[in-house]
Amino acid sequence: METTAVAADTNWWNGGKSPFNVEYGKLMMWYFLMSDSFTFGAFLISYGTVRFSSNGWPNPNEVFRSYPGSGEINAPLVFVSIMTFILIMSSVTMVLAVHAGHERDKKGVMTYLAWTILGGLAFLSCQAWEWNHLFHEGAWWGRNPFPNSDGTASSTNFTNFFFTITGFHGFHVFSGVVINIIMLIMTAMDTFEKKGHYLMIEKAGLYWHFVDLVWVFVFTCFYLL
Amino acid sequence: MSNEQILHTGASAILAHDTDHGEHAGHHHHETFITKYIFSQDHKMIAKQFLITGMIWAVIGGLMSVLFRIQLAYPDTSFPFLETLLGNKWAKGGHISADAYYALVTTHGTVMVFFVLTAGLSGTFSNFLIPLQVGARDMASPFMNMLSYWFFFISGVIMMSSLFVENGPFSGGWTAYPPLSALGSASPGSKTGMDLWLISMALFVVSQLLGGLNYIATILNMRTKGMSMTRLPLTIWAFFFTAVLGVLSFPVLLSGFILLIFDRNFGTSFYLSDIFVNGVGALPNEGGSAILYQHLFWFLGHPEVYIIILPGMGMVSEILSTNSRKPIFGYMAMVGSLFAIAVLAFLVWAHHMFVSGMNPFLGSFFVLLTLLIAVPSAIKVFNWLTTLWRGNIRFTPAMLYSIGFVSMFISGGLTGIWLGNSALDIHLHDTYFIIAHFHLVMGVAGIFGMYAGIYHWFPKMFGRYMNNTLAYIHFWVTLTGAYLIFWPMHYEGLAGMPRRYYDYTNWESFKMFAGLNLFITIVAIIVFAVQLLFLFNFFYSIFKGRKVTSQNPWGSTTLEWTTPIHPGHGNWIGEIPEVYRWPYDYGKDGKDFIAQTTPIGAEETVTH
Repeated sequence: METTAVAADTNWWNGGKSPFNVEYGKLMMWYFLMSDSFTFGAFLISYGTVRFSSNGWPNPNEVFRSYPGSGEINAPLVFVSIMTFILIMSSVTMVLAVHAGHERDKKGVMTYLAWTILGGLAFLSCQAWEWNHLFHEGAWWGRNPFPNSDGTASSTNFTNFFFTITGFHGFHVFSGVVINIIMLIMTAMDTFEKKGHYLMIEKAGLYWHFVDLVWVFVFTCFYLL
Repeated sequence: MSNEQILHTGASAILAHDTDHGEHAGHHHHETFITKYIFSQDHKMIAKQFLITGMIWAVIGGLMSVLFRIQLAYPDTSFPFLETLLGNKWAKGGHISADAYYALVTTHGTVMVFFVLTAGLSGTFSNFLIPLQVGARDMASPFMNMLSYWFFFISGVIMMSSLFVENGPFSGGWTAYPPLSALGSASPGSKTGMDLWLISMALFVVSQLLGGLNYIATILNMRTKGMSMTRLPLTIWAFFFTAVLGVLSFPVLLSGFILLIFDRNFGTSFYLSDIFVNGVGALPNEGGSAILYQHLFWFLGHPEVYIIILPGMGMVSEILSTNSRKPIFGYMAMVGSLFAIAVLAFLVWAHHMFVSGMNPFLGSFFVLLTLLIAVPSAIKVFNWLTTLWRGNIRFTPAMLYSIGFVSMFISGGLTGIWLGNSALDIHLHDTYFIIAHFHLVMGVAGIFGMYAGIYHWFPKMFGRYMNNTLAYIHFWVTLTGAYLIFWPMHYEGLAGMPRRYYDYTNWESFKMFAGLNLFITIVAIIVFAVQLLFLFNFFYSIFKGRKVTSQNPWGSTTLEWTTPIHPGHGNWIGEIPEVYRWPYDYGKDGKDFIAQTTPIGAEETVTH
């Protein structure tokens, strides 16, 4: 970390230095995340608008009640809880990777990045299984086999939004995994050792935590509400 | 009249001694034609790329308006040359077809709003001026900056190609409301043309994001020593808020487009419900909401008009102050009103939807918030006028265009107060009154800001002057023409004449406007021709214009005029200069101007 001693009365905004000592790349990442949160915000608000103007909505406990090999057992939200747990754990390993980067501990960075990548891939695999499962139950864009919770016929917007928004989130997780793999390769090639800092890992970490945070909202909107 | 004659003041306070060695400036590295002119990472070259691409689109978009104005002026005359020009599909028998008319109107809107007034205006001047005026060697990320241009370029290529597909380009209006935009069966233009339109716009959003992140990071992080936020020229403040608006509003448009793409291609019904298409029958879609799209679209669409006008406001503030030889009146009020406009920009979008079926109760909030924008807008106008007041005004072409900008902004802004009222909107919505309003306040004012910027910074861009005589002809014809075109449209709109109609001759009530429509078209053709004169002046002056001989031709205080006449990649030779004062020390303590790089003297009066 930049810990150059500065006088307490330094005015950060007077030019010639970066306010708060943030390098420009991190600033860009924060603004990008703000921008991206508006993308997801727009999706989720659209979802809310359509849902609350609909007469009814399927009950998530009845839709999401299977896990691989569960057969006919009714296990509402068990599988998605595991998915969420995996993703949150991958955030923990990302924190550890960033921390190892601050310590200039190359081996630690590589270990924890590898775990994060593994977590991301596990999450994506779970999502792939869930999509496949729902598809075989007859759900897809434009097709919705699940009735409203009061038993009336539902519009297709439940599945439309589900696949679009979880798909868009999954695409973000996928990009995050790709970024993390690139970071892993760059670490292995000593790129950051030569630079003298691991700030890139920190930026990749910001993105990864953001993707996790978004999942919390997506999870709440589609599985809990 | 030459610029020296207009200036006639002691603008030679800082005379350049090492001016013509620009090519040796900064980091000198080997550049091939491709890295220097095509895949350039120099912000100044990228700015020129944005500018010239924007100009090409402006000609295309302007020509389209001339074509559909011909239809409005001569609804039952045939012009064989139109068939030669547009082919027998668009203009069979020399008569523009209805589909072609709607396609022209739609593409004119899209191209002008996004490609000319967003990319061409803020893309050009944010790129050009931010590093030069904050004192940076280049953008924070020159590579991303280059990508920003090339995404814009590809987006343009795709939009252009949509003009040539079999069913024609999209024709449902630049706002692309569903169901017209969501159903291929709705109209010919809703087929391939609409797919290409969406792809093009999605790439445009990416370009805006890459550019915007760079502008923000550069302004916040790369200011030279002494350049505190309150010593930034107002141009930079304007570009900053423009970039923030873009970064926060374009992603919402992207979300809206993604949902639209699914509705078009994957059988979803986000925006569709209870629809019957003639010849196709009832559609199975239900549960969606067309108004949802309008919300998503206008959440971008309204900030977008400020994305267009804020750069103009910033440049006009700078040019008015420089050419009045007076400090800008109310610097902090100018910054504060830019901030207020940027915040309010996100809170007023639904005033575009008063009569769309939105809850009228909701409308009343949006009336209040919309009318609030009149406050910062009025602050800006009064500050511009008071900056001019008793100034030692130099009527350079840039100054004329800046004054023209203020004039257009007032004329168009006043009708904004009418249109912000939901009750008046019942009568005025979708009429020519709207066309008149937004063309004056956003279209013409935006393009005036762009012209002001081009005339003012042309010497910095190319090291030569543009021809002033041609520039004066260009200004006076454009100003007069713009009012002659758009002022009468207020009357047509008040009389209820709807916009987006192909032919008004079937309505008894609008027959009285036949002569007026003809008049508007003739003026439009003249104004378009004068823009070609500007283009000639621009390109001729790049190669043959009079050479700039002094480093600071306008006697300006800001940092870009401390660079060599032909700045190389890296902008300054040696160290980047340090800044000691705000950028508006004109006519202070008996001096004509004091550059930002001059240290504060011991006996100086008020300092900023």
